[in-house]
Amino acid sequence: MSGRKLRAAIAAKPEIPLSIALFVVTVGGWELACRFFDVPKIIVPPPSLVAAALWQMLVNGDMLVHFAVTGYETLAGFVLGALFGLVLGGLVAQFPLLERTLYPYIVAFQTLPKVAIAPIIVIWFGYGVTSKIVITATIAFFPLLANTIVGLRAVPQDQVELMVAFTASRWQVFWKARVPQALPYIFVGLDVAIVLSVIGAIVGEFVGSQAGLGYLILQRNFNMDMSGVFAILIVLSLFGIGLHMIVNAIQRRVVFWMENATDRVMGA
Amino acid sequence: MILADKVDASAPGRHPAPNVVTVSQLDKLYSTLEGAQVEALRNVSFDIADGEFITVVGPSGCGKSTLLKILAGILRRTAGDVRLRGRSINGPSREVGVVFQAPVLLPWRNVLQNVMLPVELQKRDYAEYERRARGYIKLVGLQGFENKYPGELSGGMQQRVGICRALVHDPAFLLMDEPFGALDAMTREQMNMELLRIWDESRKTVLLVTHSIPEAVFLADRVIVMSPRPGRISEIIKVDLPRPRSLSLINSAPFGRYVEAIRRHFNSQGLDS
Repeated sequence: MSGRKLRAAIAAKPEIPLSIALFVVTVGGWELACRFFDVPKIIVPPPSLVAAALWQMLVNGDMLVHFAVTGYETLAGFVLGALFGLVLGGLVAQFPLLERTLYPYIVAFQTLPKVAIAPIIVIWFGYGVTSKIVITATIAFFPLLANTIVGLRAVPQDQVELMVAFTASRWQVFWKARVPQALPYIFVGLDVAIVLSVIGAIVGEFVGSQAGLGYLILQRNFNMDMSGVFAILIVLSLFGIGLHMIVNAIQRRVVFWMENATDRVMGA
Repeated sequence: MILADKVDASAPGRHPAPNVVTVSQLDKLYSTLEGAQVEALRNVSFDIADGEFITVVGPSGCGKSTLLKILAGILRRTAGDVRLRGRSINGPSREVGVVFQAPVLLPWRNVLQNVMLPVELQKRDYAEYERRARGYIKLVGLQGFENKYPGELSGGMQQRVGICRALVHDPAFLLMDEPFGALDAMTREQMNMELLRIWDESRKTVLLVTHSIPEAVFLADRVIVMSPRPGRISEIIKVDLPRPRSLSLINSAPFGRYVEAIRRHFNSQGLDS
């Protein structure tokens, strides 16, 4: 890239070089502070040791094995919880009596901290991946339920009236107006749920497990290997960012009309 | 042309045609949240002949939108009878097309898909009606915009799409609820001209609700003048102005007399429309 092109690119998106500069300054300052003040590495490890630990875990395969377990728990729990939320949300939005009947139980379930019931779920479903999937599903469930209900009800009244005037059945109004209208809300729910799902899987592993990144964190923590713990945190964070970006990319393709609205043509 | 045969629309009143719509002694009562009864329509009766253009004008609260919703079959009447081609209307009909004040397009469907909505809902032959849809899109001057999405269109263009959608399934009766109320004055005049041209070519029976007296006179064969509380017909005025009409008609003396007559009507009731 020529110098002029680079300057133009920076002028167009100045936040990118600034973000990189912030990263370099933060990590550099952290490294220097650790060395200058002689901070014990079992309390705060310098970035160089974290990088070395990360590299070592990648090379010896520890990271891959445990990442695969946590990734599977996260995604399986997410899919399960999201499906339950979608289906129940769809039913509740269609049948007000069902909502009034279930409402107190849904509120009770949601106010109950999932972390608090995690030990019970581990007893019921064992130390393997199943209990983590169940815990993750209970966490991913609610954002989908709430957003599906709100989304399905967000249809403007005149849109429904228009379809009814064109002899639409209730079923047609649901599929051709309510569901598409609900999609932007459902994607907000998916985005919240996918990030919470990582937390669900890790919490499940903390309570009792034999594998997974949460298990690995506890193991390294117990061995005072703070660099290893930091390295795992980096991987978890990248995992969460990746999932969030995937959901957003799908959203842009599926709910394409939400962006069209920003550059509408005026006049004519 | 795929549209219905052109008819001679130059003669006001046209041929003595059978009634498409018969409204007799229509009443509508609403219950408010407090339990009080509000009389939205009282003893409304009129006929619409085949191919006739009727406008309904009146101040807010005169029940004109309620009347339109009952005719569209999306609101129940309290008493009286509404017949479309002799059959009592008790719900939405495949023979009716509607246009609301807001275009109410589905933002995830492109222009053609929006126009085709009634065809899809009524499970009509897609290929056959797609030809009709493309014909109407061309008729309203949106050729080339078939694959655009509503977010990419101006308000006037969106309302044109709404008009195509109301016509695509070849309804006998077109209902329009202040279709140009949200448009600026110049676009509105232009849309009125286009509507007359479409009406002329498609030969539909039209009932259009408006609160603009000049618009009501400009478009109509007959103007139904309504007054509020309770909503009722205070007069039905036959507009004997030549067709086809052009915008210069608005400045003519006969046009002014019709407008004046209707306006006096409202003023005499102490209502400033």
